Amino acid sequence: MAAPQELQYTAEHEWILVEGDTATVGITAYAAEKLGDVVFVELPAVGTDVAEGKVVGEIESTKSVGELFAPVNGTVVEVNDDVVASPELVNSDPFGAGWLIKVTIPGAIEGLLSYDEYAALIGE
Amino acid sequence: MTDLFSSRHIGTDADAQSTMLERLGYASVDALVEAAVPASIHVDAFRADSESVLPAAASERAALAELSALARRNRVNRAMIGLGYYDTITPAVIKRNVLENPSWYTAYTPYQPEISQGRLEALINFQTMVADLTGLDMANASMLDEGTAVVEGMLLARRASKSRSNRFIVDTDAFPQTTALLVNRAEAVGIELVFLDLANTARDAAELTDAFGIFVQYPGSSGKVWNPASVIAAAKEGGAVAVVAADLLALTLITSPGELGADVAVGTSQRFGVPLGFGGPHAGYLAVRKGLERQLPGRLVGVSQDATGHPAYRLTLQTREQHIRREKATSNICTAQVLLAVMAGMYAVYHGPRGLRAIAQSVHAGAGVVSSALRASGVEVLSESYFDTLEVRVSDAGETVRLAHERGILLRTVDQTTVALSLDEASAEDLSGRLLGELLEVFAPGVPAPASVDSDAVPLDFRAFPDDLARRSAYLTHPTFNTHHSETAMMRYLKYLADKDYALDRGMIPLGSCTMKLNAATEMEAVTWPEISNIHPFAPESDVEGYLEIITQLETWLADVTGYDSVSLQPNAGSQGELAGLLAIRGYHRSRGDLERTVCLIPQSAHGTNAASAVLAGMKVVVVACDELGNVDLADLRAKVEEHAADLAALMITYPSTHGVYEHEVVAITQAVHDAGGQVYVDGANLNALLGYARFGDFGGDVSHLNLHKTFCIPHGGGGPGVGPVAAKSHLAPFLPGHPLAQRAEHPLRSGSESGSDVATVVHGGGPVSAAPYGSPSILPISWAYVRMMGAEGLKQATGAAVLAANYIASRLREYYPVLYSGDNGLVAHECILDLRPLTEATGVTVDDVAKRLIDYGFHSPTMSFPVAGTLMVEPTESEDLPEIERFIAAMIAIKGEATAVAAGTWPADDNPLRGAPHTAESVIVGEWEHAYTREQAVYPLPSLVRNKYWPPVRRIDQAWGDRNLFCACPPPEAFA
Repeated sequence: MAAPQELQYTAEHEWILVEGDTATVGITAYAAEKLGDVVFVELPAVGTDVAEGKVVGEIESTKSVGELFAPVNGTVVEVNDDVVASPELVNSDPFGAGWLIKVTIPGAIEGLLSYDEYAALIGE
Repeated sequence: MTDLFSSRHIGTDADAQSTMLERLGYASVDALVEAAVPASIHVDAFRADSESVLPAAASERAALAELSALARRNRVNRAMIGLGYYDTITPAVIKRNVLENPSWYTAYTPYQPEISQGRLEALINFQTMVADLTGLDMANASMLDEGTAVVEGMLLARRASKSRSNRFIVDTDAFPQTTALLVNRAEAVGIELVFLDLANTARDAAELTDAFGIFVQYPGSSGKVWNPASVIAAAKEGGAVAVVAADLLALTLITSPGELGADVAVGTSQRFGVPLGFGGPHAGYLAVRKGLERQLPGRLVGVSQDATGHPAYRLTLQTREQHIRREKATSNICTAQVLLAVMAGMYAVYHGPRGLRAIAQSVHAGAGVVSSALRASGVEVLSESYFDTLEVRVSDAGETVRLAHERGILLRTVDQTTVALSLDEASAEDLSGRLLGELLEVFAPGVPAPASVDSDAVPLDFRAFPDDLARRSAYLTHPTFNTHHSETAMMRYLKYLADKDYALDRGMIPLGSCTMKLNAATEMEAVTWPEISNIHPFAPESDVEGYLEIITQLETWLADVTGYDSVSLQPNAGSQGELAGLLAIRGYHRSRGDLERTVCLIPQSAHGTNAASAVLAGMKVVVVACDELGNVDLADLRAKVEEHAADLAALMITYPSTHGVYEHEVVAITQAVHDAGGQVYVDGANLNALLGYARFGDFGGDVSHLNLHKTFCIPHGGGGPGVGPVAAKSHLAPFLPGHPLAQRAEHPLRSGSESGSDVATVVHGGGPVSAAPYGSPSILPISWAYVRMMGAEGLKQATGAAVLAANYIASRLREYYPVLYSGDNGLVAHECILDLRPLTEATGVTVDDVAKRLIDYGFHSPTMSFPVAGTLMVEPTESEDLPEIERFIAAMIAIKGEATAVAAGTWPADDNPLRGAPHTAESVIVGEWEHAYTREQAVYPLPSLVRNKYWPPVRRIDQAWGDRNLFCACPPPEAFA
């Protein structure tokens, strides 16, 4: 997996790694820490068409329920079954083993934040 | 010392109050409260004391005598009406040791699981019982009643179904009150109901495949037992989620809903030893198959482990609650019926699977005896396949029902020529006495009783339903249900569990926003009187005159003290009161053609249930910002009001605010909403800070719900029952909840002061929100007695004492913990928020650490992280005396000292008495002591604890572990080895 500096971000505290026509999506370490102990992750089925900004899943902690938004338009090609079985991966390795879904994307994605922009957003 | 009850109810006496007032710099309690409550809303500006309709305070003895006279105006007849309410024999060991035992009834919802293991175990028994009997995987604990449980089943089906249909199929053989509730609730959220006679619907009927859900009553309202498996399967093929309302007692004999294909089972556990009580309170239930557990509404108890790996119970999946999901919530169910669920679960523990089956068989056989006796006398019994209910053909149903009533038997009119009767645990036992003969005289007057009528003649394996529906699967196999069958064993099991828990009989429970005041013994007396507890909710009006008078008086008194015109006592929880109030607003707007008024403004600081209720009343939630003082941001409110001038339905506001502050600008707020054509809903959760000093109706409220389980002394029961009456101004009164089976549709309407003593009435014409017409009437005498014994002056004194206690604690603890919000003159209302965030920042000690450490000091924690994360909200109530308040203050100061020692490095951040809390006896005795602090510091941080120590049964419970490893039934005994 890429280092956080090489990822792109959304204001909803998700990270996106674009490799060819596939985008891997997860939530940031900042979001995972704010959520607290993650206990349940609900992800869309493979093959689901997702639309940018729409809710496609849920990340539930002992404190709250966070929503997973599709950061891009596309089709879900893979979901992380390991994180469904072991939700704590979202806390222990949010940028790596805690990834959530992979989405095929039609082309270039616009409007995402750079590492520096995201760091500024969360005040770091 | 006077003998006024108020001096028993209020903990602080004149001497204590003057000490406290001196600290605060006020000459009198009145002066303090009047400095805190904005002058613009003082009740004196709106009316004179002499206009109060409350009678002068009665002594405890006199109030009971008066209540007893009212109760005697009820007639305890044998109720064979059925419809989900059946007479039952409450085992005396359960009545005395649970229902009448403050260790059970004065506890709070088990949010602090370490000090709630007893009732959590009792609730997991309930869940196991329901899951076993319904043949499903997981049950919650619990629902408010069967009718609302069916509504929740419908809502669950809608969100879980893959079908895009907006239709929900309802069995025409459903209980009439359930149908009425479904109609009312479905309409508000835009669900289309399709009524089908499912027992006679072809499996290939097209209607079955175009619905998101299907509802079957099993056995039917008519008593019919039929196999719904193929209808359920057909509906499920079309994507429907199948909801079955099932009778738990019948399920010991007939095939479970789970085995018939149901996804969801709902119902009531009333006939498991919980008295009829004229309709409640009883515990409803809801169970689901695997895969739907995260859709469960209400509360769910699960197994986790504590810090040492021992199994421990806790509420699980709490983040799904409406508090947190707010407008995204899918249910507004908050309060459960814990006390009643405990009773029903214990009934199953006491009788065990064989005992329950024997009771069910005697009821079933009793119905068989009646059926064959009637047939032998030439009476036409229509029912062929039944469990406990028979339909009988008569020439004039009204006449038959009247004849039976004369003999003290209550039957049910089905139509002009059909009467139904239901057997139950008590009547089955009485058949061998005079009951059978009396029934024969009613149905076949003048016909000599046939010689063959002999209840012993019915074989033990009597069965009046199809063989394929005979239950073959096992249930209640866990040792808990097969151990405590002697009364001695049962008594000790109940004591063993009660000893684990912290309730008001041990000490203060200073939970902010929960008002854990005294539930006086005198107030509780009437609950178990036969004239109060043994009344069917659909008994004829002439049988319930006493109840109706109690209800009328209480409605009148509650309207008077809140400044409203009419009150409905039907909502059986605060959340249902909210829903009823919002539905009244909706009905009002729609009656005026304002169909587009659907926006509900809710301040950021509101309790999450507000938003959830608004959504379920078909409204759109728009959030209003709060300023840094926690008050509604007037500028933002005005902007939102302007933006929604055309579609504004209501503002929901809590007063005093959820931050425990009397907002100065409340009149400006309500005025702005009225000017735009909106209605003002005032959440009455904090009424304990206002009673006697100001009234919602005076400062702009159009409708409110009250929490009788907070302000008016109904005990919390460990998490229910609650009663959430809704009070409204006259223009909303016609839209308050009615009920198709109500004995009386008219309710008192406060007539303007000019019309003197004229008693006006109004018909509450809205749809029902509870299964029973008056909600949970058997606990209303508690609030009646409270008001009757306090009088207007006593209620006002209670408010003053509550506000004084909160301000005293704020003043004493302010130098140790910042007090987050305050209003006029730097005063708080009846509760104060201690900000722990600076402490956490400086020392790493969290709000959790402090809450758990308070257990070691012998306290129940204040409310954690509501309404502000990282804080504690303290509400001492008027009932605590000064020594108990000082004991709490001393504990909080000592804990601050411990935190300071952690910050100073005296103890490591990960090994100190706070992080290690709570400490069990085992933890300080077993093995080598290897901590940086001593064993004495762990469990006896103050010397006074040596002689008065509460020992928690488990150490800190791992919340995440339990949510990740969901297990919600009795664990195997080996788990505790």
